[in-house]
Amino acid sequence: MTSMYAILAVILFTIGLIGFLIRRNALVIFMCVELMLNAANLLFVAFSSHYGILDGQMAAFFVMVVAAAEVVIGLSIIVMISRARRSTSVDDEILLKG
Amino acid sequence: MLEVYTSIANTGLFPYAWLMVVIPAAVAGLLLICGKVTNSFGHFIATLAPIASFTFAVIYFVELLGYPEMERAVNLDFYTWIAAGSWQIDIGMLIDPLSILFVLLITGVGSIIHIYSIGYMAHDPNRRRFFAYLNLFIAAMLILVLANNYLVLFIGWEGVGLASYLLISFWQERPSAAAAGKKAFVMNRVGDLGLLMAAFTMLAMFSSTSFADVHAGAPSLSVGWATFIGFMLLLAACGKSAQVPLQAWLLDAMEGPTPVSALIHAATMVTAGVYLVVRAGVIFEQAPAAQLAVAIVGTVTLLVGAWIGCSKDDIKKVLAGSTMSQIGYMMLAAGIGPAGYAFAIFHLLTHGFFKANMFLGAGSVMHGMNDDVNMRHYGALRKLMPITFITFGIGYLAIIGFPFFAGFYSKDHIIEAAFHAQPALGVLALIGAGVTAFYMTRLMIMTFTSSSRWRKEVHPHESPAVMWIPLVLLAIGSLIGGMVLNGWIGSWLSSIGAETPEHMTWLPEITVIGGITFAVVVLGAVLAWLVFGRKPVPDEAPEKVSIFTTIGRNDLFGDAVNDYLVVKPASLLSRGVALTDEKGIDPATEGTGWLVQAIGDKVRLIQNGYVRTYGLTLAIGVVLIGLALVLSRLV
Repeated sequence: MTSMYAILAVILFTIGLIGFLIRRNALVIFMCVELMLNAANLLFVAFSSHYGILDGQMAAFFVMVVAAAEVVIGLSIIVMISRARRSTSVDDEILLKG
Repeated sequence: MLEVYTSIANTGLFPYAWLMVVIPAAVAGLLLICGKVTNSFGHFIATLAPIASFTFAVIYFVELLGYPEMERAVNLDFYTWIAAGSWQIDIGMLIDPLSILFVLLITGVGSIIHIYSIGYMAHDPNRRRFFAYLNLFIAAMLILVLANNYLVLFIGWEGVGLASYLLISFWQERPSAAAAGKKAFVMNRVGDLGLLMAAFTMLAMFSSTSFADVHAGAPSLSVGWATFIGFMLLLAACGKSAQVPLQAWLLDAMEGPTPVSALIHAATMVTAGVYLVVRAGVIFEQAPAAQLAVAIVGTVTLLVGAWIGCSKDDIKKVLAGSTMSQIGYMMLAAGIGPAGYAFAIFHLLTHGFFKANMFLGAGSVMHGMNDDVNMRHYGALRKLMPITFITFGIGYLAIIGFPFFAGFYSKDHIIEAAFHAQPALGVLALIGAGVTAFYMTRLMIMTFTSSSRWRKEVHPHESPAVMWIPLVLLAIGSLIGGMVLNGWIGSWLSSIGAETPEHMTWLPEITVIGGITFAVVVLGAVLAWLVFGRKPVPDEAPEKVSIFTTIGRNDLFGDAVNDYLVVKPASLLSRGVALTDEKGIDPATEGTGWLVQAIGDKVRLIQNGYVRTYGLTLAIGVVLIGLALVLSRLV
C-alpha cells in the first residue's frame, strides 16, 4: 500500500517540477511549487504510517505551516507584480537580470 | 696590555657630563625649530655651546689629572637602552684619558672655528642654519668619542655622517655641492656597514658591546673572529677617515664652506677612524693580520694623499689630499700596535691644530679673493695678508715637520716607530714626509710668494679680527703643541694600552732616522722651490704634463675605479631587476587579472535572468546530489 502512495507522490512531484520549468504564468508556477511540497508531504505521512512513527507527520505539519506562510508572501508579490505590469508572465521581462 | 677599568667613583661634577652633549644638541634644535626668530642672535648662542662643553671638558680633564695613572676612567650609565634576554645595552659615557683628549680637541678647535665662522659666514643668508648644523655635529662627535659601548658610538658615528652630509651640501643650490654631499653620505654607508658588522659580532661573541666587556673578553677570542672584527672595524675606519679604498669622497667634500672643511674634514670627524682603531686596540692585538692591514692601508693612503696634493691647483683640494695623507700617518701608527697608539693620537692632536689652522687660513685667503680657490690666481699675498701669511706659515712648518713645530714631534715618532716595526713601511712613510714638504712648499709659493696673478675685479685684503684671532690661536697650537705634549702624552695614554719610551721630553732626541727625515723634508722643500719658485707660475694649468700629474689630477682615478667596480655593476644589476619586473612579474600579474576577467566574461552568460533557468539549475543540482547519495550507498 505504501508503495502506491510513493508512486503517487513521485508522479505529483514530477508534474509539479515539469510545470515549474515549462509554464510561464507566475500563478501556475506557484501552484506547481505547492504541488511539489504536497508530494513531499504525502511521502512523509505515508512513511510515517508505514513505520508507525509520528516523526513524518510532525514534518508534514511543519511543511504545511511554512507553505502557508510562503503562500501569503508569494501571492502578495505576484499580485503586486501583476498590478504593476498588467501581466503575470515570468518571461515578459527578465525580472532577475540586473 | 689591557685597558684597566678601576674607575673613579661617579661623583662631583661627573654625573653632569651629559650636559656636554646636550647643550650643543639643544642649541641645534632651538635654532632649527625657532627658525628666523633666532636669525639675529643664533650664531652667538651656537658659539657659546661648544665653549660651554669645552669648559666642562677642561674641568674633567683637570679632575682626571688628580688621580693616579691607572685609575683615570669614569664610567657613567644613564639608562638602559635595550634589554633583551641576556643582552643589556646602556646609554652611557666613558671619560678616560683617550676620550677626554678628543673632547678637548673637538670642543676647543670647534669653539675656535665657530668664532671664525661668525665672520666667514657673515654675508650668508642661511648663517643660522649653518650654525645649527655645526652644533649638531659637535653633539654627535661628542657622543662618538664619549660612548662607552660600540652601539652608542655608532649613534655618534651616524650623527657626524649626517652633519657632514648636511654641511657639505650646505650650498644646496650648487649641483656640485649637492652631489658631493650625497657621495660622502653613500660612501660613508659602506664604512658604517663595517662598524655594524663588528658590533653585531661582538654582541654574538661577548653578549655585550661595552668597551669594558669587549676588552675583558678579547684576549680569549679566537684569531679568526678577532681578524673578522678587525677587518670590519678597518672598513669602518676607511669610510669615515677617507682611507684607500674609500677615499674618493673627501676631495669632493671640499664643496662645503671652508670652516666645515677645517672642523669636520680635517680636524675632527675624519679622525674618528683612528679613534676607533686605537679604542679597539685589544681586538687588533689578537689579530695580527688585521693590524698589518691597518698599517698598510695607512701607508698607501699617506702616499696617495700626498700624490694628489702635489697635482691639484685648488687650494682646498691640496689641503684635502694632505689631510688624507696625514690621517694615513695616524692609521700607520695605529696599525703598529701599542707602540704606536700614543703617536697616532699625538699626531691626531697636532694635526687637528695645524690643519684647522691652514684650512681657516685658506678660508681667509678665499675671503679676500672673492671665493676663488684656484692657486694659479693667487700669488704675492704675503704683504696684503700678513696675519694669514704668518699663521699659515706656522701651520706649514708644523705639517712638514720643521724642528720644534708641532708636526715635527708627532710625525718623527711615527716614522721612527714604523722603522722599528716594519722597515719597508718606515721607508714609505719617510718618502711621504718628503712629498709633504714638496706639495706644501708649492702651495706656499703659489699662494703667498711669486708674482701676483689676481683677476681684475679682485682686491685682496686681510680678514676681520673675528677671523684672524682664531687663526692666531690655532697657530699658537701649531707652534707649541708638539713641545707641550711630547713629554707627557705617552704616560697619559699608558692606561689605555699605549706603550711608549720613557724618556720623551720637550727636547727631541737626536736619532739617525730623525736626521734622515729632516734631510728628506728639506730636500722636498728645496725641490719644490727649484721647480715652482724660480720661474713665474703659469696662469693656466699646463696641458702637457707628466703621466704622474695627470694621474694625480684625476685623484688616482678613484672615481673611475669606483665607477667600474661598484657603480656600473650595481646599475647593471638594478637594470636587470627592473627588466625582470617589467618583462616577468608585470605580465604575470597582469595575465592573472586578464585570465580572471576572460573566465568571468564566459561564466556570466549563465546568469540570464530567467526564473526557469535557475529552477532547472536547481533541479539538476538536486538530481546530481541525489545520484551521488544513491551511488555512495551502492558502492
